[in-house]
Amino acid sequence: MRDVAVIGIGMTSFGELWETPLRSLWAEAALAALDNAGIDSVDLVTIGCMSSGLFTGQEHLASLLADELGMAGVPATRVESACASGGLAVRAGFAEVASGLCDTVLVTGVEKMTDVDGADATYALGTAADAEWEGFHGVTFPGLYAMLARIHMQKYGTTREQLARVAVKNHANGLLNPHAQYHLKVTVQDVVNSTLVADPLCLLDCSPVTDGAAALVLTTAERAREIAGDKPVVVITGSGMATDTVTLANRADLAELGAVKLAGERAYAMARRKPEDIHLVEVHDCFTIAEIMATEALGFFNPGFGGSAVEKGLTSLQGKIPVNTSGGLKSKGHPVGATGVAQVVEIVSQLRGEAGQRQVQGAKIGMAQNMGGSGGSSVVHILEVV
Amino acid sequence: MFSPARAWREYPQRYRLEAAKCTECSKILYPPRLVCPACGGRTFTPEILPREGKVVTFTVIRVPPAGFTEQTPLPLALVELANGVRLMVQIGDVENPETLEIGMPVRLEFRRISWDGEAGVIFYGHKAVRAGS
Ligand SMILES: [Zn+2]
Repeated sequence: MRDVAVIGIGMTSFGELWETPLRSLWAEAALAALDNAGIDSVDLVTIGCMSSGLFTGQEHLASLLADELGMAGVPATRVESACASGGLAVRAGFAEVASGLCDTVLVTGVEKMTDVDGADATYALGTAADAEWEGFHGVTFPGLYAMLARIHMQKYGTTREQLARVAVKNHANGLLNPHAQYHLKVTVQDVVNSTLVADPLCLLDCSPVTDGAAALVLTTAERAREIAGDKPVVVITGSGMATDTVTLANRADLAELGAVKLAGERAYAMARRKPEDIHLVEVHDCFTIAEIMATEALGFFNPGFGGSAVEKGLTSLQGKIPVNTSGGLKSKGHPVGATGVAQVVEIVSQLRGEAGQRQVQGAKIGMAQNMGGSGGSSVVHILEVV
Repeated sequence: MFSPARAWREYPQRYRLEAAKCTECSKILYPPRLVCPACGGRTFTPEILPREGKVVTFTVIRVPPAGFTEQTPLPLALVELANGVRLMVQIGDVENPETLEIGMPVRLEFRRISWDGEAGVIFYGHKAVRAGS
């Protein structure tokens, strides 16, 4: 396998971008990444997008978007794994460069979610659950995570306040990210007093509905060193993916995110790293409970200690392992197909030392963890400055 | 999305709680599959699910998806039946959601689940109600 480097990053601002269609969002991020890399042609485009069909009525996205950049003729592939579609697009691009099938790949993720109303958006997201045996009964994503939260609270004594502290921390980080959807300080009281969405989760426990796109340019580490000059080169040293049962009914242990654990173990093994080596991590905090469970599954804290870790500040910007320096899905926003790519954009910014006010000093090794549905899939990448 | 054809082919599971028991390892699959996820077995005998069980975890949906806007708040639970099979169901006859709890004994009852979908079909299935109520 060849070593794979990230030589370009780009993203749109995340938010309710009423004036911008899907194709323009996507092109803005793609052009930003190509310009950042200083190149104008690639061998392949990968696109992570969960449901342009339900959100905008458009499929056949890969060709449509390649053409939008004037790249008709270039191979393009759309991949889908619900909210982990972006992470899967990164992995697809990584595999192409590592294998030698392609030398340079434009990796992208996009979701345009605000062209439908709230109930239709909730329905579209809900299709990431088992439509026949969960969705049929009216369950929503906040509902599924609420059920996981209740199990975690019962088994480990995780508290309502600990959940709220995830939102407080991520909104504090989001204040420092110009691309974030929300620049809003929230308190524990704000979170627990916000509208109930699915007991025990409130509105401020949930990531928002968001429009946005993100992009990377990947190439061989060898070529990256040639064009980097005196700039640091960021290499993807580990890539892991795993599936789990989509239905919670068939899940072996509801207090653990099995796919995250397995994907993490695979990424650690490829990178020859362990949790203590990681300087910062972007995890998939679609709901506050998800961040707590993800930090446990990735081995940063023992099972049941993710909640107290947040309370003690271990995951804050100055903590032992800063989690979601970008603001996470919670504050930065969660355009589902774009999220997994945007997480890598944040890690690369940090490893390059370009993260501004939210820079983690001395960050050399970072991780990005993306997740689909209620944990039915997960993709984990480890990136390092070499 | 929930068309008449789809409703019709799911009658055995939704109306009669028909499951499949693996002849190799005795695992009960609901809904039935072509291969047993536990042992890889491919032969099954029909099995009807018991109606008694307990709540493994639950929530109350306050922000519903399309198709359920008339049914909020909507209590939902993951229920484990007496034979170990778990399934996602609505909880019926809940007057006060505060009284719901993990471990609560429930019984499955045949009820209307949703209606007035795009095809105008009324969907029936089973809901869990507090046992003894
Ligand atoms: Zn079997």
